[in-house]
Amino acid sequence: MKFAVIVFPGSNCDVDMYHAIKDELGEQVEYVWHDTESLDEFDGILLPGGFSYGDYLRTGAIARFSKVMQAVVKAAEAGKPILGVCNGFQILLEAGLLPGAMRRNESLSFICKPVDLKVVNDQTMFSAAYAQGETISIPVAHGEGNYYCDEETLAKLKENNQIVFTYQDNPNGSLEDIAGIINENGNVLGMMPHPERAVDELLGGADGLKLFQSIVRSWREANVVKA
Amino acid sequence: MFKVKVYVTLRESVLDPQGKAVTHSLHSLNYPEVSDVRIGKYMELTIEKSERDLDEVINEICSKLLANTVIEDYRYEVEECVPQ
Repeated sequence: MKFAVIVFPGSNCDVDMYHAIKDELGEQVEYVWHDTESLDEFDGILLPGGFSYGDYLRTGAIARFSKVMQAVVKAAEAGKPILGVCNGFQILLEAGLLPGAMRRNESLSFICKPVDLKVVNDQTMFSAAYAQGETISIPVAHGEGNYYCDEETLAKLKENNQIVFTYQDNPNGSLEDIAGIINENGNVLGMMPHPERAVDELLGGADGLKLFQSIVRSWREANVVKA
Repeated sequence: MFKVKVYVTLRESVLDPQGKAVTHSLHSLNYPEVSDVRIGKYMELTIEKSERDLDEVINEICSKLLANTVIEDYRYEVEECVPQ
């Protein structure tokens, strides 16, 4: 399986994402600059964390209009797995690929620490390797991760099982403890915690690895013809 | 040529953590009469005259980029100005 790590000016978790895929997962991966027009050659798209365009105006607001985002929308429509982590999640929200928006953390502080997440939906291509209700430890590092959406959207998220991860001990004020959501089609996931920073016990934990393994497993099931 | 002043604020229904912190700070400075603070952004745009309707252009710009209408409201004022 071949992944693209999209690099915006100001991305800073792109190398971690690349490392997770290449060295820990053992799959193919390439960096793709933000002015790339086509992502046709890739099977999965990863939007890493960071501070694209210095978070000017709003987090993700400028990146959302970069050239590569048209290709990301196209890949989303084609059903390819798309993962946005932290700033990547914020970009997906701004692009309208996921519903809702981010506010400043309730504490107004930048929060950087491992947090416990609950897997509330193990039936997605990003979470199938986890068990329903499992608690996993993944680090967060953000100043604007306070998820918000209106009541109507929240009801829809619940109805369609689009909430994938919730915080056990809400660090940022997010509505309903939401840490990660998926789109209605089930192929676009956005989450504030960084699974790519939890792929090796040397880094303090490997609970994030199963997320990437889930993507590869579901892609293989759908795309590799069984002999 | 027009000078357009755009004000972007969090929607009434959305809690403003920065505004709340500033309200508390004002209370501790002994201004109990301040009951609420909402923090927003102020932007000045210079827009040349074109064939397009100015309000239409401004509304497009605001809803596409300057404000995220999921959580923010915007309003604007227009001043016609003579180029220097």
